[in-house]
Amino acid sequence: MFYREAGDFSTTYAEDQQTFPIKFDRYRYYVVLFIAIVVIPFVVNDYWVNSLLLPFLIYAIAALGLNILVGYCGQVSLGTGGFMAVGAYSCYKFMTGIDIWWGGELLFRLPEFNIFLSVLMGGVMTALVGVLFGLPSLRIKGFYLAVATLAAQFFLVWLFNRVAWFYNYSASGQISAPERGLFGVLITGPSVAPWAAYLFCLFFTVICAYVARNLTRGAAGRKWMAIRDMDIAAEIIGVNPLRAKLTAFAVSSFFIGISGALFFAVYLGAVEVGEAFSITKSFLVLFMIIIGGLGSIFGSFAGAAFLVLLPVALKVVGVDWLGWPTDIVAHLQLVIVGLLIIVFLIAEPHGIAQLWRVAKEKLRLWPFPH
Amino acid sequence: MKYKLGTMAVAALMAASPVMADLVFPSLSYRTGPYAAGGIPFADGYADYFNMLNERDGGIGGVMTRVLECETGYNTEKGVECYESTKGEGSLVYQPLSTGITYQLIPKTTADNIPMHTMGYGRTSAANGEVFSHTFNYPANYWNGASGAINYLLGENGGDLKGKKVALVYHNSAYGKEPIRTLEELASKHGFEFKGVPVDHPGQEQKSQWLQIRRDKPDYVIMYGWGVMNQVAVQEAANIRFPMENFIGIWWSGSENDVLAAGAAANGYKALTFHGVGSDFPVFDDIKAHVVDKGNAAGAGDQIGTVLYNRGLYAAMLAAEAVKTAQAIHGEMDITPAMMRDGMEALEMTEAKMAALGLPNFGPEFNVSCQNHGGDGLVGVTQWDATTKTWSLISEFAPSDMDVISALITEDSAAYAAENKIEAGCK
Repeated sequence: MFYREAGDFSTTYAEDQQTFPIKFDRYRYYVVLFIAIVVIPFVVNDYWVNSLLLPFLIYAIAALGLNILVGYCGQVSLGTGGFMAVGAYSCYKFMTGIDIWWGGELLFRLPEFNIFLSVLMGGVMTALVGVLFGLPSLRIKGFYLAVATLAAQFFLVWLFNRVAWFYNYSASGQISAPERGLFGVLITGPSVAPWAAYLFCLFFTVICAYVARNLTRGAAGRKWMAIRDMDIAAEIIGVNPLRAKLTAFAVSSFFIGISGALFFAVYLGAVEVGEAFSITKSFLVLFMIIIGGLGSIFGSFAGAAFLVLLPVALKVVGVDWLGWPTDIVAHLQLVIVGLLIIVFLIAEPHGIAQLWRVAKEKLRLWPFPH
Repeated sequence: MKYKLGTMAVAALMAASPVMADLVFPSLSYRTGPYAAGGIPFADGYADYFNMLNERDGGIGGVMTRVLECETGYNTEKGVECYESTKGEGSLVYQPLSTGITYQLIPKTTADNIPMHTMGYGRTSAANGEVFSHTFNYPANYWNGASGAINYLLGENGGDLKGKKVALVYHNSAYGKEPIRTLEELASKHGFEFKGVPVDHPGQEQKSQWLQIRRDKPDYVIMYGWGVMNQVAVQEAANIRFPMENFIGIWWSGSENDVLAAGAAANGYKALTFHGVGSDFPVFDDIKAHVVDKGNAAGAGDQIGTVLYNRGLYAAMLAAEAVKTAQAIHGEMDITPAMMRDGMEALEMTEAKMAALGLPNFGPEFNVSCQNHGGDGLVGVTQWDATTKTWSLISEFAPSDMDVISALITEDSAAYAAENKIEAGCK
C-alpha cells in the first residue's frame, strides 16, 4: 500500500538510477540516518556504545570490505584478521609519529598525525598490503587462494609479534592508543565521551557504505561481478582481470584497514595482535557476510548486527534474566551460532539480505497479493 | 499468555536486580575457551570465599557481599563488555585474571575511579602507585617471579650462575614477554646466558621449541605459560628427558592441571608461588561447613584445595581485607569503589591477621602504600610429587632482587606516564 513504485515517476536519469528508487524506502533511509546522527548521540551511555554500537559499526565496515572481495569479486579471503592488524598497527605508528631507523640510528621521525588521518592512513597502508597479497589471486583461484590469504593472516600476526618496531619497543608487545582528539573533542583514550566515539565511527561507516554502494553499482563493481561470475568470459568481453582483482583487493583491504584502526584506537584502546586479530577474527567477519548475505551492502550491516547483538542478547536473557550459569550460556552461544550458519547455508544461502529482499517483494504487493 | 510472559519477565528482572546496600565483587571469569582449566578453579575459589563470608559472618562488617560473574572466555572484547555491564552496579574491584584485559582496563578503571587488582599478572610496572593510581598488583608480580626463580637457582648453585644457560619458554603475548627484560638484566648481572623461546597461543604444538631446547641444552628452563601450553610443555620436557628439577614454572604454570597429564614423568617439576598450597588450613573447614555442605559451592565444587582455587580464595581474602580496611578508614560500612581504593592502598597483611582468618602462613606478610602498589614481592617455590599428587612448598617466601626490579619499574612507569601525560605523585 505504501511501499510501491506506482505513481512515483522519475523524470531524470539520476532519479531513475538512485539507490532507493521507492519513495517509502528513501524516506526510511533518511529517518534511519537522522536517528543515527541526531538522536542516538544524545541518548547513549557507555554501555550501549562500548558493548553494542562501536563493535557493530566497526564490524560493519570490515564486513563491507570483505563483502566487496568475496561477495562481489568472488575472491575468497581468510586474511581479514591480518589485514585488520595492518590497519591497527599503521594507525598506531602514524598517531605516535613514525620513526625511521637506519643502522641503529634514528634517521627521522614524522610528526604525529591526528586521529582522523591516522585512521585513514591505516586504510591506505592496508590497501597496499592487500594488493601485495592479492597478487597470487591472478594465478590461483578458489580454495587455493583461500589458503594463500590464510598465509597472509599468519604471516602478518607473526610479523607484528616479532618486530618490536611496530609496537614502539614496549616491554609487553601491546599497543595502546594515547589520548587524541579532533576539534578539541577526545576520540581515543579512557575519558572519551560515548557520543564522540560513536559519531567518529558512524562517520566512517556511513562514508564507507556510501562509497561501497556506489562502487559496486558502477563500472568497477560490474567488472568485479563479471570476474566473480565467470572470469574467462569476463576477460573475453574486455575486463582486465589484473586490474579488476587488484582493485577489489585494494578497496576491500582499505575498508578492512579502517575497521582495524577504529577497532584498536576507538573501541578497545589497547590490543595485542595474537589475541585481537587472530584467525578467529577472519572467520567471524566471514560468518558475518555469509549470514548477512554475500554481495549485498545491506547484508554486511545485517550480518555484523546479528553477530554482535546475538552474544549480548543471549547473555542478557540467559544470565541476567534466567540466572543460568555463565559457562552454560557461553557454550550455548557457540552452539547457536554454529547451528545458524548451517541453517543459513542450507535454507537461505543468500543470507538475511535475501530474506529482506523477499519481504520487500511481498510488501510491494501487500495487501493485494494477486 | 502475553500478560503471563510479561509478569514472568518482571519477576525475573526483580529477582536479578540488585538489593541495595551490598558489596559487589565482579568476577570476570572464564569457564569456557582454551584457558578454562585455569579460569574455573580461580572463579570457584573467589566465589566460595565471599559466599562463606555471607553465611558465616553475614557479609563484611554487616554488609552482605555479592559476586557478579561475567564470562570473558579470556577474550578482550568480551572483557570490555563485561566491564561496561558490571561497572554500573557499584563494583568495588576488578580482577580480570587476564593480562590482555588488564591492559584494556588500566586506563578505563582509572577514569571511572574503580580500583583493579591484578594479583601476580597484568602490567608489572603498575606497582608504581604514583603513576598507576587505581591498579594494584600485590603481593608479587612477574618480575618478582623472574627474579625469584633466578634467586632460587643462585641458592641451588652456591650463589654463582656464571656460564650457566637459562632458557625461558614463554607464551608469545604481553604476559609471556613481561619477564624478558628482567631476565636479560639479571643475566648480565649474574653472568648467565639467557635465551627466550616463544610459544604461540594456544601452545598445543611445541615440538620445535623443545627440539631447540634439546639442541641448546640449557641448564635450567623457566616457563611463563598458561592454559594448555603448560601441560604440553611438561609433557614435551619429559619426552626429551629434561630433568624436571631444573624446570621451573611461574605461578600460572604450577597447578595440578599442568602436571597431572604427564603422570609420573612430571615428578619433581617446580613452580613459583606467592601463597600456600593444599587444603590444610582452618578456613577450609568453614568453607566446607558453610558453603559445600549447604550445596552452594561454585561450579562443580570439585576444585577445593587445588592451587588455582587457593589463589582465587586468596584474591577474595585480600579483597575482603581491603574492604575492612576501607570501612575502618571511612567509618562507613557500605563503601564505594573510591573508598575501596583507599582501603587497598592502606592494606597491611600480617601473620596475626592471616592466622585470625584461618589462613596461618598462607601468604607472605606485606604492606601496600601509595608509592608501592606491588607489595614486597616475596616469592616461594613449590614442587610436584607425582606419587602423592600434591604440591608442596620447598622454600620460604624469599625476597626478590628489588634493585634490578625497582629500576625497571621506574623506567617503564615513567614511559607510561609520559605517553599518557600522567602527572606522577600521591594524591
